[in-house]
Amino acid sequence: MGAFLHTFFSPFDFLRATPQIWDGFKLNLKLMFVAEALVLPLALLVAVVRGLPGRATAPLRAAAIAYTDIFRGTPLVLVLFIVLGFATLNYVGLSSETLFTNGLIALVLVYTAYVTEVYRAGIESVHPSQRMAARSLGLSYLQALRYVVLPQAIRRVVPPLLNDFIGLQKDTALVTIIGLVEATAQANQYASDWANFTGLTVAAVFFIILTIPFARFTDHIIKQREQRERAQAV
Amino acid sequence: MSTNGHFVSLRGVTKQFGDLEVLHGIDFDVGEHQVVCLIGASGSGKSTLLRCINLLEQVDAGTIVVDGQTITGTKVDVNRLRQKIGIVFQSYNLFPHMTVLQNVTLAPRKALGISRSQAEGHARALLRQIGLEDKADEFPDRLSGGQQQRVAIVRALATGPKLMLLDEITSALDPQLIGEVLELVRELAESGMTMIVATHEMGFAREVASKVCFLDAGVIREEGPAEQIFSAPREDRTREFLARVLEGGRL
Repeated sequence: MGAFLHTFFSPFDFLRATPQIWDGFKLNLKLMFVAEALVLPLALLVAVVRGLPGRATAPLRAAAIAYTDIFRGTPLVLVLFIVLGFATLNYVGLSSETLFTNGLIALVLVYTAYVTEVYRAGIESVHPSQRMAARSLGLSYLQALRYVVLPQAIRRVVPPLLNDFIGLQKDTALVTIIGLVEATAQANQYASDWANFTGLTVAAVFFIILTIPFARFTDHIIKQREQRERAQAV
Repeated sequence: MSTNGHFVSLRGVTKQFGDLEVLHGIDFDVGEHQVVCLIGASGSGKSTLLRCINLLEQVDAGTIVVDGQTITGTKVDVNRLRQKIGIVFQSYNLFPHMTVLQNVTLAPRKALGISRSQAEGHARALLRQIGLEDKADEFPDRLSGGQQQRVAIVRALATGPKLMLLDEITSALDPQLIGEVLELVRELAESGMTMIVATHEMGFAREVASKVCFLDAGVIREEGPAEQIFSAPREDRTREFLARVLEGGRL
């Protein structure tokens, strides 16, 4: 027991590892925020394309469906390796910037596929009579979508969007496998340098500290909505 | 265009949903400033007929002419057409994420391109007319059913339509709220608005209708002045329908 505590929870190593892990964690932070900033608009675009009406847009719809099927079904680890594989075809050496871009691309590809489905569920949850009312006032398809359907849809899917964002935060750790030196990699480095795993605990603490506020915020929003809907039902 | 001075003309309009034929060769005319009431049992095709007139539904056969324009052909600008035709639904269909004022100004601003201040001024004037100006900044959920439906009527009027389609607009309301909505429709009729009104309110139809059409299984079984339809129906089916409604205590 003493050996276990010493290996994973040594206060001395905790303090000594923290600056090094924090150095790596900054990369996780950058990855997650840049990725999320790309995922949210891209996924909305794919979801909208998937819902387009008419025969002329059938190829676009098919492309959107193929995309979500492929990238929701492929493990992120594989996508990371595949994207890296593509990169090595073009570059002689891989700079850390290139690695960052590759990690970012893989995360965005996979998470956009997930988030597309979240948006789509939201769009479909808006009753067709809302769209019909908007169209009957003379608004175009896109105007009805923009002013009537999407505002209601997005409001409804904020909790699942936050949930996927938490997933994305944690999955930034996976880019370590293509050689990006983020928090997990630094923790491993610390472990091999000092024969002590406390660095892993430090990295875990960083991730937990980051996700807890988001989790509570999600709970808060869900609760608020429930209360509002209950008030309406009375 | 041989519309014989009619504002709305339907000839041989047929509409199917899968194997179900909902409208079966409808011929139907509405003159300018007329109020035509459609009566008939649920499922007789009243709503579908209204939705065909503003192209929320595509007809399978037949022609519809509105204000001299054949709307059943190709190359019809549906958005322009719908700005000329207001429709109000049984379930109000107000936009719950927008205030009353935003609901009323959305189409004038985005579809007609009217400036915000101008659209809001017009909307407030309309709301004042129906006594709901103080609700302009409320969300629809905080209004009573009757108030919501009156806002829906004002929303449809805000684009300046020449024709109003009312689809059983009092059917979802508590009896004590029906009056305020019908009063507004009565005022609209008196102002000369051309209207096609699907309704179960026979007393109201009798009072405001220039003409009453009895729809039965997708055909217009009988049409004529309200007095004649309600007092001396010629068709057996009309008589049966009215007798049933009378038993329900709605005449």
